[in-house]
Amino acid sequence: MRSEAGFGLRAAAWGVVLFMHVPMAMIVLYAFSAEDKSYVFPPPALTTQWFGVAWGRDDVWAAIELSFSVAVWSTAIALLLGTLAAAALARAKFFGRDVISLLLILPIALPGIVTGIALRSAYHTLEIPFSFWTIVIGHATFCVVVVFNNAVARLRRLSPNLIEASMDLGADGFQTVRYVVLPQLGSALLAGALLAFALSFDEVIVTTFTAGQQTTLPIWMLQELIRPRQRPVTNVVAVVIVALTFIPIVLAYTLTRSDEPAHR
Amino acid sequence: MTALALPVPPPATLRRRASDLLYTRRGLLLMALLAPPLLWFGVIYLGSLFALLANAFFRLDDFTGQVVREVGFGNFVALLEAANLDAARRSVAMAIAVTLACTGLALPLAYYMARHARGTQKALLYIAVMLPLWSSYLVRLYAWKLLLAKEGAISWVAERLHATWVLDAVLSVPLIGGPSLSFSTLGTFIVFVYMWLPFMVLPVMAAIERIPASTLEASADLGARPARTLRHVILPLALPGIAAGSIFTFSLTLGDYIIPQVIGDSTLFIGQVVYRQQGVAGNLPFAAAFSLVPIVVIGIYLWLAKRQGAFDAL
Amino acid sequence: MTTAVTLDHVSCVFGQGAQAVRAVDSVDLTIDAGEFFTLLGPSGSGKTTCLRMIGGFTLPTAGRVLIGGDDVTLRPPYARPVNTVFQDYALFPHMSIRDNVAYPLMVRKVARAERERRAEELLALVQLPGVGDRRPAQLSGGQRQRVALARALVSEPQLLLLDEPLGALDLKLREQMQSELKALQRRLGITFLFITHDQHEALSMSDRIGVFNAGRLEQVGTPHQVYDTPATHFVAQFVGAANVLAGDAARRLTGHARAMLRPERIRLGAPAGARASGTVAEAQYFGAFTRVKVDVAGTTLQADLASGPGHPAPEPGHAAHLHWDEGAVHALQPA
Repeated sequence: MRSEAGFGLRAAAWGVVLFMHVPMAMIVLYAFSAEDKSYVFPPPALTTQWFGVAWGRDDVWAAIELSFSVAVWSTAIALLLGTLAAAALARAKFFGRDVISLLLILPIALPGIVTGIALRSAYHTLEIPFSFWTIVIGHATFCVVVVFNNAVARLRRLSPNLIEASMDLGADGFQTVRYVVLPQLGSALLAGALLAFALSFDEVIVTTFTAGQQTTLPIWMLQELIRPRQRPVTNVVAVVIVALTFIPIVLAYTLTRSDEPAHR
Repeated sequence: MTALALPVPPPATLRRRASDLLYTRRGLLLMALLAPPLLWFGVIYLGSLFALLANAFFRLDDFTGQVVREVGFGNFVALLEAANLDAARRSVAMAIAVTLACTGLALPLAYYMARHARGTQKALLYIAVMLPLWSSYLVRLYAWKLLLAKEGAISWVAERLHATWVLDAVLSVPLIGGPSLSFSTLGTFIVFVYMWLPFMVLPVMAAIERIPASTLEASADLGARPARTLRHVILPLALPGIAAGSIFTFSLTLGDYIIPQVIGDSTLFIGQVVYRQQGVAGNLPFAAAFSLVPIVVIGIYLWLAKRQGAFDAL
Repeated sequence: MTTAVTLDHVSCVFGQGAQAVRAVDSVDLTIDAGEFFTLLGPSGSGKTTCLRMIGGFTLPTAGRVLIGGDDVTLRPPYARPVNTVFQDYALFPHMSIRDNVAYPLMVRKVARAERERRAEELLALVQLPGVGDRRPAQLSGGQRQRVALARALVSEPQLLLLDEPLGALDLKLREQMQSELKALQRRLGITFLFITHDQHEALSMSDRIGVFNAGRLEQVGTPHQVYDTPATHFVAQFVGAANVLAGDAARRLTGHARAMLRPERIRLGAPAGARASGTVAEAQYFGAFTRVKVDVAGTTLQADLASGPGHPAPEPGHAAHLHWDEGAVHALQPA
């Protein structure tokens, strides 16, 4: 099995890659389509006018603002909880450690619908009305594991000698955290925060169960999918969403590339 | 060396004493670190799951529209009604179909990436597989809505190839067809496969990478033709990776209600039933009970996958 | 002479019950101020654990640790007047060299100008002027080791712990650092506690050596004492090559129940007056000497013979007559 693959294999492989990417290319194309009543292909003409129209839509801006605030708060909470959990679990061996890891993963591992309806049930039973915070609570919960994974990966690479050396040289626990641990963790936490932000910004399933009447950007998008109002505006917003969630993820990836096991 | 004026002994501040305490009592440090996350997850997350479970046993009073908090099994009996069983069966069938299709599509790509791609090409392919994961789920769904629409790209291609009659024939098949590709079970199937494909490619690729080249060479050396090597050597060794990927494809499909709602026809999947029941119908207890179905199914699937070594391949 | 460190019946047990590992088993040790003391032993013998208990990184399960007379048994590392040079140097990768060396002063709130001046002083002391602005990753192993040393010395600790600091260096560099460390210690007058598994290092650098085996301290003494009069079979074997004789062979050849005879004290000579005669089994040439194994009196003795012109090489199969002085034999305690 040397480096020369048969034509069939190569065709199949690249075919699958094409399958995975053509749809997104379509989105970009449609954002410039001049047609405003249907999804006709090929687009009759290309124009940038819809970008301007989308800019003027208040409901889009409101949705963006809500998604943004929710993402910021969820990320902040996830950062705090995820870092604490990572500090506890990275090296210590104690009874129940695997159980806690599982617990942190569960919100993402179980289908969104389960997490969504669980929260819904809780809110209903406790008679908590839908609000900004009901959304944030849900998002923070499944964002914790994203921060946790990044922090643990970095902490595991941190030589324990560094902490011992710092203490040996006269720094107490808190000083050691401030001068040695946090600077080492820094980029991993940033990556985790970026990923958490993107995850929260893009999340729709759990949000539909916990938002009530509020409209985040994904919910806005979903409503457009079911009952299109102004198709071209939707196309434009789609491209914007891709940019807004894509960039943090790419940044996070470049920040933690060295943490991956080196086998690529 | 010049003399140094060091503060001696170090001041016994509160911070210093706290640090001393946490150093000598490691258990205390652990508890301090774990308390906030455990409280959050214990109270909020486990609490919600408990509320879910509890609600599954409650029922809705038809008259007042309120949830009656009495333990009963009415919801579970209702689960066995034809319509609900249909939804469950449909969802499981779709999940299995999607998993099989993803496996079939992922294998050539994963094999090519693991065994033939080198250097830049490999890095490029890796990013190509990750890229969709980094894009918004809804936007990717929307992209297919555009492609599958009656006036969209796929119809246009079919027209160009004079194959529109093929399209119509497929759409008229009762179980998988529908008014148009973008409102059909077949369309839903295609979109599911597209969505979860990266989740399958990555673990399978990792599993195939772990097969030592010498094993494949030995197989060829001993006289096996490529198809045989595939069936008897590669597939079994890649199985943990396939099992790991299938966890994602299976459970993500089973729990999804948005794709069937946007692309599907009017037949319902589990997720849709749950969503409608807790929302419009206001029947939270029944929705809760129904949502236990995917949990149980996924639990069984995870157990089976674990036996295939999926967890080691993650 | 004042005492720098005392270990009083110190034990360190890891794990519970049947799987408990006695890493350090009731060790008593006194180290004098200004000494260069070496803890010597194979891996897992407990020497590193002892060092860690003195440094404060591991807490003993029994006994007391005293530094300069103070009971510091339960005190964290930052509260002890001890600094450590770690085996992998443990330099902070995100700080410059100067900031690394100035770290102990920074956490004690010394002003920036003062601590940077002191850092430069220490870097000059370890012969690394001018690297202050670089990062640890840019330095070689030997340079990093000196930086670790400078960093550990900048706050003028009473005691310096060195955990196999020369292990990662190549032979030439290691020998150079050995003499530099010894000279530094003499100059500064600080107590050095040095850990190694290399007996040559221990013998050449130390004022006194403590030999560890399986968690116990088997002997404490000067290099001469440890080499010429080992207390136990293990010490005899571990520090230098040794012929350890027991049973009939020991009695016949030396008159003791158990005895040790160093190979370099054996000479080949005439049959008359020989202590033992036998056949050469093997001869290995090592340049400065030839190691000859001789079967004699039911056992095999190893002799390191000077080689070169005037010293004919013994051939396997030939007869050999071994001579040694009375004082070359050292009686060992019965096992």
